[in-house]
Amino acid sequence: MLGFIIQRFLQAVAVMAVMSVIVFCGVYAIGNPIDIVIPPEATQDIREEAIRRLGLDRPLYEQYFIFMGNLLEGDLGRSFVYNIPVLELIGGRLPATLELVLISVISATILGVSLGIYAGYRPDSWVSKTIMAISVLGFSVPSFWVGLILILFFAVNLGWLPAGGRGETVEIWGVAWSFPTLNGLSHIVLPAVNLALFKLAMMIRLARAGTREIMLTDTIKFARAAGLSEGTILRRHLLKLISIPIITVFGLELGSTLAFAVVTETIFSWPGVGKLIIDSIGVLDRPVMVAYLILVAFLFVTINFVIDLVFAVIDPRLRQGATA
Amino acid sequence: MSTANTPLRRFWAEFRENKVAVVALVVVALMILLAVFASVVSPQNPYDLANLSLMDSRRPPGFVGSGGYTHILGTDPQGRDLLSAIFYGLRISIQIGLAAGFVSLTIGTTLGILAAYVGGRIEALIMRLVDLQLSFPAILLALVIVALLGQGKAQLIGALVVAQYAYFARTAYGAAKAERGKDYVEAALAVPLSARLVVMRHLLPNCMPPLIVVATVQIANSISLEATLSFLGLGLPVTEPSLGMLISNGFPYMMSGRYWISVYPGVALIILIVAINLVGDQVRDQFNPRLRK
Repeated sequence: MLGFIIQRFLQAVAVMAVMSVIVFCGVYAIGNPIDIVIPPEATQDIREEAIRRLGLDRPLYEQYFIFMGNLLEGDLGRSFVYNIPVLELIGGRLPATLELVLISVISATILGVSLGIYAGYRPDSWVSKTIMAISVLGFSVPSFWVGLILILFFAVNLGWLPAGGRGETVEIWGVAWSFPTLNGLSHIVLPAVNLALFKLAMMIRLARAGTREIMLTDTIKFARAAGLSEGTILRRHLLKLISIPIITVFGLELGSTLAFAVVTETIFSWPGVGKLIIDSIGVLDRPVMVAYLILVAFLFVTINFVIDLVFAVIDPRLRQGATA
Repeated sequence: MSTANTPLRRFWAEFRENKVAVVALVVVALMILLAVFASVVSPQNPYDLANLSLMDSRRPPGFVGSGGYTHILGTDPQGRDLLSAIFYGLRISIQIGLAAGFVSLTIGTTLGILAAYVGGRIEALIMRLVDLQLSFPAILLALVIVALLGQGKAQLIGALVVAQYAYFARTAYGAAKAERGKDYVEAALAVPLSARLVVMRHLLPNCMPPLIVVATVQIANSISLEATLSFLGLGLPVTEPSLGMLISNGFPYMMSGRYWISVYPGVALIILIVAINLVGDQVRDQFNPRLRK
């Protein structure tokens, strides 16, 4: 068990190191930010001064090592455009994104698993067929278009919900959150639904497939033979047995939802990290791009690591020995 | 003509039983035809600036423009006939989807089979890379590559390929690895047939069924991803709008109730993607031995 954890941890560190090189080289191969940061009418002196100040005159590998050195001290550089530390910039936007992502993924999981179990438990009822049809749509329809339709219906035509922004926020521990206020909550609904649809479809499919398979197994037959009620069987046995793939996907989806928030945030002008990165790509703000990508990579690696740990705890086959 | 029981016939006979999939197949075929013959069926050439009049821009469906014909679906902000723009946009979206799909299929399959056949260090290297990439969301990869390469058709296809080849590599690897251990491959190698021949004649054909399934899904995904990137302003240039670009162009006008500019291209996009996915689902079920009765 300990060997397994150490092995996975070292793997995670190696992956992070490789990712940082790829991201750094990739991003630094893009265009020349000087043309964007400095107005074309600036004198040669000002240009050279700026290039030196931003460290762009050094060879790439030197820039990388400076960057890594700073990174280990918790300094990810300064944004070329906003001229404030990148960490501060991203940190300021992160709560908005986290709030949106957590609300979407959690509600999608709870709803999706319940609907999926129902659809797997009674695969032939019309309700199940409707659920599956919805999940096919959730998978197929591009999420940005769903966002547009949500805005068109609920914001423009019906006027029930606002189409963009965060609304009123409340400060908790010095960070602004939208969900505690009614107004803020009304701003979250549409983007959260938009972001959640794909996850919902995925959870429905997973839970349904798992349920259909497990309902046929001996475990369930014996539980029925023992006289347990169907409700108890579903809650105690089925839910436990289908939980492993669901936990994996929940973790992975947390990461990919964060990435997909880029689209949703752009549509609903949600002031999170996703919108920041799109804007930064537009103006070649390299430090912000590098920092964002490294943070996302870090997040993915961490999530994968945690999932492995959770597995080791849940799955007795892993717990008892095989360190592979 | 009764060439009774060829595998293709049997496949088609089974496919025909699912009415939804057949309808979806017809829809896909129809949309490809519309895309191919866009210049014939469109009332207007939307790329010819001389044809466009700003007088006609953002008109609702049914408006009779200065060209003297009815804009059935209205016009976009540049004064293009939306129906024509959708046909041409369909062409671009399908082109890009197919191109990205086939290039990823080729690269991914080559890598996957290579890894499975050669084994050892090369296998470990390729599959580690593939697994690493699969753990990142495709949209993020595509976003970064597009930012890196700049705008244009080739760049966009490149980004989609980078984002998607890994799925093919994984699938090809899994299939080839399973086939590699079977007796017929050993027998062919013992004859001896050259490694190249064994891979091309025996291994590859047996890996095709799962790859075809992944390919249908990935073509639909490419189309959707392209539309998403274009919507974010990172796709194709505005002069030759794909469906995603049309939707993006219409977005600012949606708030003022001019819904048609975004909605109709979106409907076209969704019909295309859903239809491809439905066909893909049926093909997958038919290839899945576990669902065989």
